[in-house]
Amino acid sequence: MGEGRGAEYPLHRRAVVARLLGGRDDLLVIAGLGAPAWDVTAAAGDRALTFPLWGAMGGAAMVGLGLALAQPERRVVVVTGDGEMLMGLGALATIAARQPANLAIVVLDNERYGETGMQPTHTAGPTDLAAVAVGAGLPVAIEVFDEADLEAALPRIVAEPGPVFVNIKVRAEALPLVMPQKDGATLKDRFRGALLGARAGE
Amino acid sequence: MTETASEQWPDDIHAALGAAGVRQVAYVPDAGHARLIDLCVGDHAMVTVPLTTEEEGVALLAGAWLGAARGALLMQSSGIGNCVNMFSLARECRFPLLMLVAMRGQWGEFNPWQVPMGQAVPEVLRLCQGLVFDLDRAAMAGETVAAAARMAFEGQAIVAVLISQRLIGAKTFVE
Repeated sequence: MGEGRGAEYPLHRRAVVARLLGGRDDLLVIAGLGAPAWDVTAAAGDRALTFPLWGAMGGAAMVGLGLALAQPERRVVVVTGDGEMLMGLGALATIAARQPANLAIVVLDNERYGETGMQPTHTAGPTDLAAVAVGAGLPVAIEVFDEADLEAALPRIVAEPGPVFVNIKVRAEALPLVMPQKDGATLKDRFRGALLGARAGE
Repeated sequence: MTETASEQWPDDIHAALGAAGVRQVAYVPDAGHARLIDLCVGDHAMVTVPLTTEEEGVALLAGAWLGAARGALLMQSSGIGNCVNMFSLARECRFPLLMLVAMRGQWGEFNPWQVPMGQAVPEVLRLCQGLVFDLDRAAMAGETVAAAARMAFEGQAIVAVLISQRLIGAKTFVE
């Protein structure tokens, strides 16, 4: 079943996220719980327009959909992991049903549950998330395995009319924790404050 | 309760949602919500989002609120069970969460498989620190939803309106 593949992939998750978010202060970012939340914080800091989840496993893509529908002029990027995405696969069908052009979902797929001891996820076996996304009806589903794939995918994540789904195979590696703000109400209030300004109090 | 009132209650709820500024309506289809869903789908001021499972709606409406859109989640009582862990998102972050729940397993239910979850709904909601409104009279539909919406959006609270099977009519397979 290839459960050792995760150690072979050339791309490193922190470098991928740093290139995705670098210089893009305009992006509205939702990060799935665990490693993706640490990755976005390591890459771009504890940033007001990033909403990192500390729970709600399986919900990241749907938070992204609600935000994308509410803010159709802004680009929304969901950065999550393979385990988190697997817990909410139905969201891909729901997103396909609405087809928000301004939403991108990026899965950092290391084929592992990183926070619980690096146990294999189903993507270490036969499950192919990009194929699931195609089957769910998403119009753009991209697989990224190496530097050349990533170079081609990055502009599509931030600009191509979507919804865009990108599954990036990344090396299974244990990295230092870089944690964002943890209090949920604070995360919500600072996101709305940064996005909406005076309207945040409405 | 007049004949007209009993037929009009979904229209009254739709009007109350509109007046409360609701702009995203997420739902898992349900016979008890059929007319309300049709009204929302036909309302150009509302974006409707059909879900595969109810907890998607809890996450969706959190994102909507981040983006300044008020929302409502329509479901059958069985869906409350699907939402339980996702309620943590609303609770910890204090996202408003307005839910309209068409009850099953409550009043003349023909399908015993609906009874365990239906009977557990009020307690499950309270364990999750939700506020619970009971709606069992058609004439109260509009004002009940208006009151629930005010407490959800002004208090950034989890609020559920449980629409009684007595009001909806117990489901049978004979239409």
